[in-house]
Amino acid sequence: MTDQLTTTRSKVEQGMARRRRAEGRFRLYGVLSVGFGLLCLVVLFGNILSQGSSAFRQTVLQAEILLDQEYLGLNNQSPVNELRNGNYEGLIKQYLRNTAEVSSRSERRALYGLVSVGAHWQLQDAVLANPDLLGSTLSIELIMDDNVDQWFKHERDEGGAGRLNELQLGWLEQWVAEGRLKSRFSTTFFTNGDSREPELAGVHGAIMGTLLTLMVTFLLSFPIGVAAAIYLEEFAPKNRITEIVEININNLAAVPSITFGLLGLAIFINIFGVSRSTPLIGGLVLTLMTLPTIIISGRAAIKSVPPSIREAAFGLGASKMQVVFHHVLPLAMPGMLTGTIIGMAQALGETAPLLMIGMIAFVVDVPGFITDPSTVLPVQIFLWSDSPEQAFTERTSGAIIVLLTFLIMMNTVAVWLRRRLERRW
Amino acid sequence: MKHSLAAGVVLLASVFSQSAFAERNYISIVGSSTVYPFSTVVAERFGKSSKFRTPKVESTGSGGGLKLFCSGVGDTTPDITNSSRRIKASEVALCAKNGVKEIVEVTIGFDGIVFANAAEHAQASFSTKEIFLALAKMVPAANGSEKLIANPYKTWQQINPALDNTPIKVLGPPPTSGTRDAFVELAMEGGCSAFPFIKALKKSDPDKYKAICHGLREDGGYVEAGENDNLIVQKLAASPDSYGIFGYSFLEQNEDKVQGSLIDGIEPTFDNISSSEYPVSRSLHFYVKKAHVGVIPGIEEFLAEFTSSRAIGEDGYLADKGMIPMDESRRRAMAADVKALTLLGQ
Repeated sequence: MTDQLTTTRSKVEQGMARRRRAEGRFRLYGVLSVGFGLLCLVVLFGNILSQGSSAFRQTVLQAEILLDQEYLGLNNQSPVNELRNGNYEGLIKQYLRNTAEVSSRSERRALYGLVSVGAHWQLQDAVLANPDLLGSTLSIELIMDDNVDQWFKHERDEGGAGRLNELQLGWLEQWVAEGRLKSRFSTTFFTNGDSREPELAGVHGAIMGTLLTLMVTFLLSFPIGVAAAIYLEEFAPKNRITEIVEININNLAAVPSITFGLLGLAIFINIFGVSRSTPLIGGLVLTLMTLPTIIISGRAAIKSVPPSIREAAFGLGASKMQVVFHHVLPLAMPGMLTGTIIGMAQALGETAPLLMIGMIAFVVDVPGFITDPSTVLPVQIFLWSDSPEQAFTERTSGAIIVLLTFLIMMNTVAVWLRRRLERRW
Repeated sequence: MKHSLAAGVVLLASVFSQSAFAERNYISIVGSSTVYPFSTVVAERFGKSSKFRTPKVESTGSGGGLKLFCSGVGDTTPDITNSSRRIKASEVALCAKNGVKEIVEVTIGFDGIVFANAAEHAQASFSTKEIFLALAKMVPAANGSEKLIANPYKTWQQINPALDNTPIKVLGPPPTSGTRDAFVELAMEGGCSAFPFIKALKKSDPDKYKAICHGLREDGGYVEAGENDNLIVQKLAASPDSYGIFGYSFLEQNEDKVQGSLIDGIEPTFDNISSSEYPVSRSLHFYVKKAHVGVIPGIEEFLAEFTSSRAIGEDGYLADKGMIPMDESRRRAMAADVKALTLLGQ
């Protein structure tokens, strides 16, 4: 008897060390995989932040420009369309000629090329906003061309020239020494729509397009998804057909998103004639994509409401409708909202289905309504990453930072809602 | 909940009555990703300087653009499609079948396709024949017989002893790209026509000719680097022995990082492409639906802007963006034709 006990014990002890080692190894693997995941995240964020942070700064030239009434042929009584057509470009060129010495035509071209082609719109905007400025000297920060911007932000520290020539570098260094060429926070990045000039390109149009598209998606997918979830969970008879519908909803959640784009193209554009490249069509397609997610999470939320609540309500004589809408739905709402927000966050980052319905487009005007042409943030990132100008590389990372901020905000709201509204039984 | 349900219903209703209230008041442009960087610049300037809205420009590829363009007449179809090649007879027929009978062709300039490496290395020089031998899937055997074998060349020196002894590694666009189509047609076909027996196939067996001349190797010598030309430029800067294939506008914007190789002894410069001396260059076009002129506001004015000398002239703003302009007399003739809306084929 004791003999047997000792053998069992010794056997266990023999194996003990091995089992401990196995556990130790398993823990190590766990720590390593978590560590690897974190490392990837840090590298990704580090890379994007280091490349993109400079997109939020813009190089400008401090200039004092006399808004010459005679030269422009305007005064503060001129009608708006005359004010709009004034030769502001000429004023800027005149100013540049006075501040740097140039002789030949090619030198003049080199000089004019330093300032953004959009600089005269700054003057135009200032005059349109306040015609009384005409005749006075305007102190303004002229936006510089993307080549100057890149040189000032990056190459200058290493003594490089970027895409500028000796002559241009001479003028610029002089302006730097005078303290007139400087870098400031770029408001244009947040107030402008897309542009082919990197220094004028901004994410405002893409953000508005994203918001309008998500609004359409939310207004359609939330009521439809919630209604479908309630019906399937509470009212639908348990038979073959319901089963088939359920299986198909689960399958739809796993369908590659580009398929929904094709569906949208075939049905909404070709049959119903909805116009391409609008938040409306984008929202419709993304609705198709997010519906399964919302229905599945909605059903899970309804399921998690304890039967005792329903039984108590029935016991007090409530009808099925009353039980569902007065008791089950309010308790299931936090779970449904969380599912919806996660579905929306997914829709926020989607480009593939939008490819088919013409949202990969160059849109300058900021969209104001769901039938205006527009693009969305992930598409903007895609378009910029494909542009020849070097300055678009940092704009791309800048737009990624904006998109990530949106995603983090939405996920934070989801977590906060869950924490705040969740009940435990 | 009730509110969002009501809003949803309103929205759904608006979807289906949408065609009733949304008469499109902006120009819709689709087509080539090569013309896209130029078309967008004109669109932006047009939008800022005229009373019309900024045209919307989609990048769908030349083929995809023409398909959309030819799908019919009406404000749900595009007004203009960009193309990095001329419209094909089959596409004209498709257009006609769908009611798009009147098309105006506009030529805007030229684009060169460059074969480039990192700027800190020596500038290379290749003939189109060498490029064909380096990149084709099947090449004629080296002993001069008319037998085709799987491409045996691993280094440039094996093709021509005068070239560098570096492995052949070329980064280029995938088959969906117009740049690749043009490269294959101009550089590869140019090279394979150097073999008389392959050239003879063009008449006797066009399918086989196409398979030989257009087939790129798949054993790692040619690497499909995606549609993104910027990515190719960045990869070239990082890997010393590789070459890349992309449009001239990317070379022009990144001259501090990459340099174009000479092809048949001609350097890809602005002047050489403009004079058609550089062998790998193509013309860029866009096509306009005449039926939409006067219906969609601003098309005539947009055409005038696009064909003006300040846009596509020799010192025009598109030249600054890397497009190669045509000579002034040709531009004038073309602008006059466009103003009169002269139809394709007349």
